Amino acid sequence: MSEIPAGLRYSKSHEWISNDAGTVTIGITDHAQELLGDIVFVELPEVGVEVEADGECGVVESVKAASDLYAPLGGEIVEVNEELMDSPEQVNDAPYDSWIMKIKLADEGDFDQLLDADGYAAVVEAE
Amino acid sequence: MPFIPHTQSETASMLNAIGAQQIDDLFEEIPQSLRADSPANPQDGMGEMEIGQLMRERAAADDGVLCFAGGGAYQHHIPAAVWELATRGEFYTAYTPYQAEASQGTLQMLYEYQSMVSSLMAMDVSNASLYDGASALAEAVLMAVRANRRSKSKRILMPKTVNPTYRKVVHTLVRHQGIELVELDYDIEKGVVDPGSLNIEEGDDYTALVIPLPGYFGTLEDVHGLTDMAHKHGMLVIGCVNPVAIALLSPPGEWGEKGADIVCGEGQPLGIPLSSGGPFLGFLCSTKALVRQLPGRLIGQTRDLEDHPGFALTLQAREQHIRRSKATSNICTNQGLMVTAATIFMSLMGGSGLKQMASGSHQNSHKLADRLTAVDGVTQNFTSPFFHELVINLPKPADEVLAALVWQDIVGGIALAENYPELGENALLVCATELRSDSDIERFTVALEAVLAEEGE
Repeated sequence: MSEIPAGLRYSKSHEWISNDAGTVTIGITDHAQELLGDIVFVELPEVGVEVEADGECGVVESVKAASDLYAPLGGEIVEVNEELMDSPEQVNDAPYDSWIMKIKLADEGDFDQLLDADGYAAVVEAE
Repeated sequence: MPFIPHTQSETASMLNAIGAQQIDDLFEEIPQSLRADSPANPQDGMGEMEIGQLMRERAAADDGVLCFAGGGAYQHHIPAAVWELATRGEFYTAYTPYQAEASQGTLQMLYEYQSMVSSLMAMDVSNASLYDGASALAEAVLMAVRANRRSKSKRILMPKTVNPTYRKVVHTLVRHQGIELVELDYDIEKGVVDPGSLNIEEGDDYTALVIPLPGYFGTLEDVHGLTDMAHKHGMLVIGCVNPVAIALLSPPGEWGEKGADIVCGEGQPLGIPLSSGGPFLGFLCSTKALVRQLPGRLIGQTRDLEDHPGFALTLQAREQHIRRSKATSNICTNQGLMVTAATIFMSLMGGSGLKQMASGSHQNSHKLADRLTAVDGVTQNFTSPFFHELVINLPKPADEVLAALVWQDIVGGIALAENYPELGENALLVCATELRSDSDIERFTVALEAVLAEEGE
């Protein structure tokens, strides 16, 4: 069973999300990185771009698949983790320390709609 | 299990299912005038001996024609070893194999091809080829739109000096994808795009600039000036080049301060004969930074479990079988057999052989220019330096002159009026490669003089 820290929020598309005063930090879950296998490339979104909730905003490529990255919440991309360009394997090694992007939320209330750890565990369980 | 195509009854039941009477009904939308049927078709039931004779006669009718036409397809010397080796059973296939890694020889050959082409173009990577130069340019445009994320306009600057056929193919492939091809005019005196006349303002959003070298008129664009101008305005630079010319000229990777970002072109001059328009071979190269947007197959070198060197398909996440509708292209094949010929050709010629071929072509086309412009009433159109092709202006309509020259077994060039009406109906594009001897040029000149001296009806 993969790790699902209690302090974070989650999306059905396997992103984890943490909130700091309306700006959320997003990465992919332990479960997602396990499914993907060795990650070789992360195509980051562009800073300054407006994204809609559930909109595609990047790609995580592993040795066996390339998977789209979704924005779990709508808003503006304010920062991306450039370190992943050179060492994408960080996402495998420490998925919850390897954030991918930060979004300034269009509507802060959206954050509360996300799954909590138990809710996400149920999603993973159901797969 | 042997491969047996469908039987007559299966064909009949398939036709029945779609409501067609016969196979020919499927081609109904092709106008009758464009179909090649009788009287050229052989009769039914001819024996092997008779059909052999007929074919030899027809083939002989094509022989001995002296070709001064270029326009994107060029007649060059092809060492005999090229097709002797390329048609060996081990190589004789049009495809990359589906069990790719089981065919190390094919993969190595493609790897060598990629290495040679990227080194000729001074680019980081080359794919394993595309269909032809025109579709390679279309892929280059699509690639630029994906790769230039700073640009929102999807507008591509496309000079009129890019091969008109290529421009039509690009238009066909990109027109439903919200991409706009903005035509760039050329300087009517020089026959090239004048970087000074572009009037691109600060903040204008164009995604990429296409730079042909040579241009369709054979003329040499100011590739350095154009590249720097495009980069300054946030555009990507797509070079569309003749590989033989690049043996003599600045390779695209060294254009301007930063070099071209994407390079494409037609590989036919590298060992592939002229044969009624195909099959040809498109090449496509890019910088390493853009490799994930490069479509097509890519072969990489690696090591196996026992540390032996080997070859493998690489970066396959760009391709259809993995990314489905989000792949970099819906075309994921290559021109395996043409690549084999081009690879053998380049390895036999080497850098110096390719250079000799290019300078021989350049010299002969200058001889041709001197000889033809000495004919009464014939002038040269443009003042820019040219590689192995040039535009001349005749005292008569070019298509009439070409039709008359054919009777003397001379293909005298390409009439330009259809694609460049501004040049008038007397403009003719002529080409001489290293194959055109002094006596060939003399024969052409004498024939042209005779045709021009005839009274027009």
